[in-house]
Amino acid sequence: MSRAAKDPNYQKPLTRLIDVAAGPLDLAGYEAEGGYTALKTAVKTLQAQDIQSKVKDANLRGRGGAGFPTGIKWSLIPMGPNSGPKYLVCNADEMEPGTFKDRLLMEQAPHQLVEAMAVAAYAIGANLGYIFLRGEYVLCAERLNKAIAEAKSKNYLGKNILGGDWGFDLYVHTGAGRYICGEETALINSLEGRRANPRAKPPFPQIAGLWGRPTIVNNVETLCNIPHIVNNGAEWFKALSQGRSKDGGTKLYGCSGLSNKRGVWELPIGTSAREILEVHAGGMKGGKKLKAWLPGGASTDFLLPEHLDLAMDFDTISKAGSRMGTGLITVVNEDQSIVSAVRNLEEFMARESCGWCTPCRDGLPWTVKIMRAIEAGEGQPGDINTLSKLTRWLGPGRTFCAHAPGAMEPLQSALKYFREEFEAGMAVVKLPESGDVCALPEHGVGAKADYAKERMKWVNQ
Amino acid sequence: MAKIHVEGKVHEVNGADNLLQACLSLGLDISYFCWHPALGSVGSCRQCAVKQYKDADDKNGRIVMSCMTPASDGTYISIADEEAKEFREAMVALLMTNHPHDCPVCEEGGHCHLQDMTVMTGHHSRDYRFTKRTHNNQYLGPFIGHEMNRCISCYRCVRYYKDYAGGKDLGVFGSASRVYFGRAEDGVLESEFSGNLTEVCPTGVFTDKTHSEHYTRKWDMQFAPAICTGCAVGCNISPGERYGEVRRIENRYHSELNGYFLCDRGRFGYGHVNSEDRPRHALIKREGKWIALNKTDAIAQAAAVLGGHKPLIGIGSPRASLEANFALRALVGADNFYAGVSAQDSALTALCLKVLRDGPVPAATIKRIEKADAVFVLGEDTLGTAARVALALRQAARGKLVTMSAEKRVPEWQANSANDIAQHALNPIFIATPVATKLDEIAAVAHRASVAGLVALAQAVAQALDTSAPATKVDADTAALAQRIADTLKAAKSPLIVSGTGCGSTALIEAAANVAFALKKVVETTAISLAIPEANSFGLALFNAPAIDAALTKAAQAQSVVLVLENDLSRRATATQLDQALSKCTVIALDHQQTATTATAALLLPAASFAEGDGTFVNFEGRAQRSFQNFDPAYYDRHVATQESWRWISEVRAALGQPSWTNLDAVIADAEATLPVLKGIAAAAPDASFRLQGAKLARAPQRQSGRTAMRANVFVHEPRATQDADSALAFSMEGVNSTHAVTRPAALIPFAWSPGWNSPSAWNKFQAEVGGAMKGGDSGVHLFKHNGAADYFPAKLEATDGLTVLPMHSHFGSEELSAKAKPIQERIPQAFVALNVADAQRLGIEHQSLTRVELGEYVLSLPAKVRVDLPQGSVGLPVGLAGIPPLTAGAAIKVSKGA
Repeated sequence: MSRAAKDPNYQKPLTRLIDVAAGPLDLAGYEAEGGYTALKTAVKTLQAQDIQSKVKDANLRGRGGAGFPTGIKWSLIPMGPNSGPKYLVCNADEMEPGTFKDRLLMEQAPHQLVEAMAVAAYAIGANLGYIFLRGEYVLCAERLNKAIAEAKSKNYLGKNILGGDWGFDLYVHTGAGRYICGEETALINSLEGRRANPRAKPPFPQIAGLWGRPTIVNNVETLCNIPHIVNNGAEWFKALSQGRSKDGGTKLYGCSGLSNKRGVWELPIGTSAREILEVHAGGMKGGKKLKAWLPGGASTDFLLPEHLDLAMDFDTISKAGSRMGTGLITVVNEDQSIVSAVRNLEEFMARESCGWCTPCRDGLPWTVKIMRAIEAGEGQPGDINTLSKLTRWLGPGRTFCAHAPGAMEPLQSALKYFREEFEAGMAVVKLPESGDVCALPEHGVGAKADYAKERMKWVNQ
Repeated sequence: MAKIHVEGKVHEVNGADNLLQACLSLGLDISYFCWHPALGSVGSCRQCAVKQYKDADDKNGRIVMSCMTPASDGTYISIADEEAKEFREAMVALLMTNHPHDCPVCEEGGHCHLQDMTVMTGHHSRDYRFTKRTHNNQYLGPFIGHEMNRCISCYRCVRYYKDYAGGKDLGVFGSASRVYFGRAEDGVLESEFSGNLTEVCPTGVFTDKTHSEHYTRKWDMQFAPAICTGCAVGCNISPGERYGEVRRIENRYHSELNGYFLCDRGRFGYGHVNSEDRPRHALIKREGKWIALNKTDAIAQAAAVLGGHKPLIGIGSPRASLEANFALRALVGADNFYAGVSAQDSALTALCLKVLRDGPVPAATIKRIEKADAVFVLGEDTLGTAARVALALRQAARGKLVTMSAEKRVPEWQANSANDIAQHALNPIFIATPVATKLDEIAAVAHRASVAGLVALAQAVAQALDTSAPATKVDADTAALAQRIADTLKAAKSPLIVSGTGCGSTALIEAAANVAFALKKVVETTAISLAIPEANSFGLALFNAPAIDAALTKAAQAQSVVLVLENDLSRRATATQLDQALSKCTVIALDHQQTATTATAALLLPAASFAEGDGTFVNFEGRAQRSFQNFDPAYYDRHVATQESWRWISEVRAALGQPSWTNLDAVIADAEATLPVLKGIAAAAPDASFRLQGAKLARAPQRQSGRTAMRANVFVHEPRATQDADSALAFSMEGVNSTHAVTRPAALIPFAWSPGWNSPSAWNKFQAEVGGAMKGGDSGVHLFKHNGAADYFPAKLEATDGLTVLPMHSHFGSEELSAKAKPIQERIPQAFVALNVADAQRLGIEHQSLTRVELGEYVLSLPAKVRVDLPQGSVGLPVGLAGIPPLTAGAAIKVSKGA
């Protein structure tokens, strides 16, 4: 039985060909399941602008976490015969804590991404593409490289693709392991061999990106939707959400933390967090109560159990005071300390700061030190106030990029919802009461100490 | 121009600026760290936050970084907004979490941008209670101290060192809160412009090690507006003195010349002022021994010798001021006055003067060099002869960033975006030199040829630009290169030709001039820059006096009295020549250093160095600039007789019954009246009668402490501060001290200070637009201007047979005075003889082997440097290094195997 037959209505475009037990399809297998039809359609029958319009009409929003409409991003890139070299970069740096969706797509459906990049590159007129891959994703690198070699051998990549004028080469670049490389301009710097510091915007990468040339950076999941939109059209794509959201398409949702199951599932966009947690992740482990949850990564605000019925889409979660982010939720149960959880996240964020701008570089370590003190029950008066000040100083618009504002999101929401847990971490200062036995301070030994002891005697008289 | 609204008030600003630069130019204070007028904006420190509003009705606004926001028309901002103020203070608070607060023991204290900004934001108490990160410091060589724990990670150092100055060995390492600015390992910083790190760094990470050796706070030093004597560019410097010692040299901003940056030779080469063995008393030689004379006796002695009816010969100097040279000329008579330079140097400098004065092409300022969009460098290794030009050429190459950014509508000040957009694209710089230069790395083409080959190439370029230029036959490759250079120069908006006296070839300078003249016919904006040998080479050349060879010939003929002005003749003539000429003569030497020449003198009068005297110098573009006295050595020790050479001469003239001069202005007036070529030098700076608000201008900062007790160890009574009859500056903290007088002439600003601005950033307050010209106009007067016709020099071919001398100029060591400074000495290479690899093979000489070099009367034993880049037939010798005799470029030389 073909793998596609398991999804006869084409409702799970991204994962329909995935069979983890059987492993990824090779080129022949992928072609047999209808693979590379989108590329063929594109190159043989469509203009670049046609694909751009389809993607715009489908209202595909970036799946990397920000939800920026892909069609609009593409429309900013200069087109035409004199637009010079342009690049397509796939952001596969997936380093968001609790996020492992792109890994599934790359490990289990590498040809889907290769085809997607070829179609996207055709749509923006790029002749060279890079997959900027998280270095730890060794298996992804292996499988992607194999897929690229296979695709090349059948002229899906390379010069004069499918007999046309257009050519496209694709390379896998494995990162050296920095969270900030997920920020598209830091990724570009890293790809160029520079320090992974974000760049000033404007100019945006569409105008001056990789090697100073117009560049589109898209997330793995975003790109993987492209061939399906080309195959089935914008209306089909919009209908995939089954009315659960005004956004179209499916979304790879997931769950981690102390739930019964951890995993990633392709569901209509707008599926509720409750369905993800209770149906797909099997509810909380050991019947514990849910205390709080992060909708999609370390840089999203905590939400409460009362928010579980919200549709997981960009706008709804945003209205609730958080961000959907990557859509892979992380749960915290009633026994777990929110202070410890935030401390852990802030340690990660402080370590992963690129060190470029003051608030992030110096503010995050301060946050971490206060959090450690509070966790250890050594908080001092003013600490909570300092933490809330830091959430402002490291907020949006104050820092060079979104890293520090992201780091502040779990902290500010934890302060909002669980302030008492922070207050519980204040050091206990016990003042002596009448009748308490009080020891004199120890002065040590030596002439100075003797003098001090004598003096204390005199004082006590 | 654009109208912006700050706190509801309308201001006219340059719309091309960012808001920070625009506000600072208006005199409005905003704190900042990572932004620098010469380095642009990168938005890393987040210190310059202001509140921006959509329009006049917007009451909410949002925080923006003023350095990253254009000052476009109709911008509404508030600097005083409470949220913006709180945020600026918060950024200092965050920086301070890792700063060690070691101001009392930090060299930067009182001179520190971080201190100023901290005070400006009002941050005064600390909430942070945890440990600070610490770093290990590095040894960075004799010039720069390193204390990484003070770092606030503004990234200015690497942006200056790597992006601006093209350095390779300073970088940023690590990430997050551990970012480290230093070298990969301990070692000497390689850049010849490393000293600017001390001023670029807003705090005490990179400090002047030569200053640390005898440290004094800024407020305890006395400064002067002085001119660097390290080469002929004439960079403006601010030497700081305490207790009769120059303690450090800092950049003195001049928008057309040095801007914000000096070279290391100029910054760290001041040791000769402080050296112990300087003559500080008049000395007379009796039975081979020096006997000290008091001033009166010394003048009487000099007058007696000079009045003794022997023929007089005066030998001037290119390192002495115009006034000193003029005074000597007046004393000995115009016919007996000689330029103290070799015939070759004299001819080369005179030719450069002719090209700039009689030709149609203007001499480029440093700023003009930076703005060039295509450059043809012919023969000159500017790093050795005019280092500031080399740094400017890097900016010319980087000008491509600006044009490429403009195409993408990215403003010029958006520094990192420009780097991202342009990547490694540079404006075309063609470097045609006999040997490889450090600038080759930015060259579109680095072409190697013998001097004759370079002349031919240049003539071919001139031909390609204008067929009426003299023609030379060249091979096909050279012709193709010449055509490419010509086409590129023709297509440029501001092309530039760079050459100079470094190779010692008049034919080369003439060929460079021909290119410039031919290009001028095609591109009106063409400019030329010619490097000349020494600080006042042009000033001396204006006297049009015969060279030293003529003086020596004359001296050899009859027993004469030879007055040698601030000149070590052993650097200019051979030992035999000097011996023959001077052995029968009586030599009176005026100098501030002991040299081989002062050793032969019968009478030695202690002259003032740049730090103890005033004088005028003419730079490589013909700009006369006044260098003012830094301190009076006699204030500390009444026995010290050091004074300006012109003053010694004036006093001797008085003793001889000749007319004398009362002060500097009198010498200048006399010089202008006597020599029409010097007309204009008076205008180089205001005269001694100049006053601001009825007061003189203070040389010392207001808080100069302990000044009244400075001599308490000598005598309890406090003497009156020395009265300066020669300038409008006071040897004191009394007088006009600040920026409040808008019309304060730039020539009279000894140091940068303004209330609240103690660091070099205080230059902001003196500039009409921050990073631009000074409020009172930039100082200096052009004594000559291009005005001639493009009469081509006839084509010459300098074909030579056999091995000939090619002078090689070293940034450290080739200049006489700076080479006396100890830290500079650590950087001076060992003397060598450089040979082409084919020549070396033919002669059986191996790399590094000791080699016998016969140069006229000299036989030297030098380690060989076998190089592939050196043209065959040329033998490179380093100019001015210990063990190297005076060199005549193109002279025959014999090299053989073995010591």
